Amino acid sequence: MSVADVLERVTKIIVDRLGVEESQVTLEASFKEDLGADSLDVVELVMELEDEFDMEISDDDAEKIATVGDAVNYINSKN
Amino acid sequence: MTFSLTGKTFVVMGVANKRSIAWGIARSLHEAGARLIFTYAGERLEKNVRELAETLEGNDSLILPCDVTVDEDIEKCFAQIKEQVGVIHGLAHCIAFANKEDLDGDFVDTSREGFLLAHNISSYSLTAVAKYAKPLMTEGGSILTMTYLGGERVVKNYNVMGVAKASLDASVRYLAADLGQHGIRVNSISAGPIRTLAAKGISDFNSILKDIEESAPLRRTTTQEEVGDTAVFLLSDMARGITGENLHVDSGFHIIAK
Repeated sequence: MSVADVLERVTKIIVDRLGVEESQVTLEASFKEDLGADSLDVVELVMELEDEFDMEISDDDAEKIATVGDAVNYINSKN
Repeated sequence: MTFSLTGKTFVVMGVANKRSIAWGIARSLHEAGARLIFTYAGERLEKNVRELAETLEGNDSLILPCDVTVDEDIEKCFAQIKEQVGVIHGLAHCIAFANKEDLDGDFVDTSREGFLLAHNISSYSLTAVAKYAKPLMTEGGSILTMTYLGGERVVKNYNVMGVAKASLDASVRYLAADLGQHGIRVNSISAGPIRTLAAKGISDFNSILKDIEESAPLRRTTTQEEVGDTAVFLLSDMARGITGENLHVDSGFHIIAK
């Protein structure tokens, strides 16, 4: 899976779950600060990503994911 | 007897998103022909509930706010149900909450505040809701709540929620004794762990799921649909002889000694 492919799928989930514009979803964007996610949104996003990429994200790892780039890098490192 | 819930109305409390056990119950009730009333706590969840209800074919659901920590809110909610629907035939209570820090580490470290919060939302709310639902169940009724094995035995990290579930289980028995004479049954389903938003708050939840897959008699984790279908049974007249009961829908995990 290419980085661009992962980013595209991650972006689709974020736009769908957080109701933000696709243009706001950049690698540098912080879920909480830039995309307006609260703690429940973050848990929902983690679960959606686990389903989309058929993977498990541990509690410790999930806590380290703050930006879109963090999520994309994490998914790439596991695939 | 023929099985249909057409013409019957059920209140479903506690839908948070598509993974919610409450949503599994709602879908099964809908398939059986029931009319649904959803309650939600807070605007954040209202949007999710409305979006999900829209996906039901021929959706005619009523959607109302109800914060179960506020008596006036519950009273107002059921007054609105009475006004708009009149009679209800059952209620599914799928509500629980504890602070995340109380679902990790040692139970002995639970704060008074955390203990009371978990019991208020996860246990007392059933009694509070039953009180206001009772006058609307003029044709008899069935009240159902969701419990978990952690209320009967110690489950790692479940902590204060296990103690709250034990209190909820006892409430089911006392409510069943009170309400039976009014034709109202009260039961619980002890569901195996399901990957819900609430479950994700329990530390290391994924390993609890793995354990079930390896050792439960059916060798699989419990699904929303399995709980939903059992809920329909308990909420319907098919279960008319059952009250004060806790039914395990957990792939048989509760019979295994570990």
